[in-house]
Amino acid sequence: MAVVSFHDASFAYGGRTVIDGLSLDVDEGECLCIVGENGAGKSTLMKGMLGLITPSGGSVKTTSGAGYLPQGDGGWKRFPASVSEVVISGCLARHGFFSPFYSKADKSEAEEHMERLGVASLRDRPFLSLSLGQERRVLLARALCAARTLLALDEPTAGLDQDAARTFYEIARRANRSGMAVVLVSHDPDAAAILSARVLNMGDAKTPRDKNA
Amino acid sequence: MLEMFSYSFMVRALVAGTLVSVCAALLGVSLVLRRCSMIGDGLSHVGFGALAVAAAMNAAPMAVAAPVVLAGAFLLLKISDDAAIALLSTASLAVGVLAVSMTTGMNTNVYSYMFGSALAMSDADVYMSVALSAVVLALFTLCRDKIFAVTFDETFARACGVRAEAYNTLTAALTALTIVPGMKVMGALLITGLIVFPPMTAMRLCGSFRGATICSAAIAAACFFAGLALSYSCSAPTGATVVAVNALAFAAASMKKPR
Repeated sequence: MAVVSFHDASFAYGGRTVIDGLSLDVDEGECLCIVGENGAGKSTLMKGMLGLITPSGGSVKTTSGAGYLPQGDGGWKRFPASVSEVVISGCLARHGFFSPFYSKADKSEAEEHMERLGVASLRDRPFLSLSLGQERRVLLARALCAARTLLALDEPTAGLDQDAARTFYEIARRANRSGMAVVLVSHDPDAAAILSARVLNMGDAKTPRDKNA
Repeated sequence: MLEMFSYSFMVRALVAGTLVSVCAALLGVSLVLRRCSMIGDGLSHVGFGALAVAAAMNAAPMAVAAPVVLAGAFLLLKISDDAAIALLSTASLAVGVLAVSMTTGMNTNVYSYMFGSALAMSDADVYMSVALSAVVLALFTLCRDKIFAVTFDETFARACGVRAEAYNTLTAALTALTIVPGMKVMGALLITGLIVFPPMTAMRLCGSFRGATICSAAIAAACFFAGLALSYSCSAPTGATVVAVNALAFAAASMKKPR
């Protein structure tokens, strides 16, 4: 079953078409690695997939239950937030207006992901006091709390050392094996091989070519 | 010290003022972090305009102001642009001043809209403050986790399917509901102090959102109490004294080594 399905979708920014007529399916348990030069529309594709921007043409369907790891620095200067508050906020994906509070299950899930990423000891630390590597781990833990059908990672290993990058790939692979679709944007030439992912090369042309399609 | 609260006007001021301060401080955390604190300022000017026009037409001031400020909240959220907020707030101020000058003239009534009249609250004013604060506190408590998520990282929250737009609108609407009784206590020109100072002070002291909201509310309540007591014993205007106490608390918290 397709978790993500683009049908002849186009995306434009300020009048410039960045993605033109893309058709693409990502199935359950599939791993897709999006590569390409800067400005080729990789992050646009990811945002379109997550419903953060609406296509200027065609349609995009994504099942609910996506966990998103955004790119780089989110600009949270001076924001008072503890690590555990940030991680558990991923669970809000499953809370509507009428279920206002976190459940026990949410708390233990957040705890489990913090343990797995080695940030459990930072639980009560202010988020803005973390190093870049710790920050990325916390945000991945948050994404895992939200992810049920799809894990969307935008430049997950940028700025990380090799050990940390290996942990990230290991976690993505485990999520993938458990049946989750994984889509990542990466500049790391090894990423696709490590995750045995299908590669979508956006190139620098307007219409991306899908190598395996 | 306690003898001042044997006067019923002091009790009314304390009840209404504390509730309004706490509500403003809670909402303020999100507004300040989203860099929207000027929305509060814009809304209070819209409120002044509405109050003045209501007084000129001999209508019940609060009953007119509440829906107008609420409408203003939706409008300001839609445009949420620095210059546009300034346009709306000065235009409202001008309308208000014109309305009073064409009818009653600049009298003590107008003065009290601008700088507050905490000690001249009627029973009806207090009941309305209690009712509006109850609504604000209940909705804030129910939505605090989503308000946190939307404030911290709106992109992520939207990717999760949280209706960010709805929660931003809710925050603005609750701010409007707080400002209406707040204008009576603090005045249109001073109410922003209650929205901005306590959160800024709390953020210097706390590293978690939960801690910052609780601390902000506690600081707001304490500063209101201290300001009210001080204004009584020095016969100083209440609204201005409360804001001055808040400013002192902020200055004291700023001395602390930044985390």
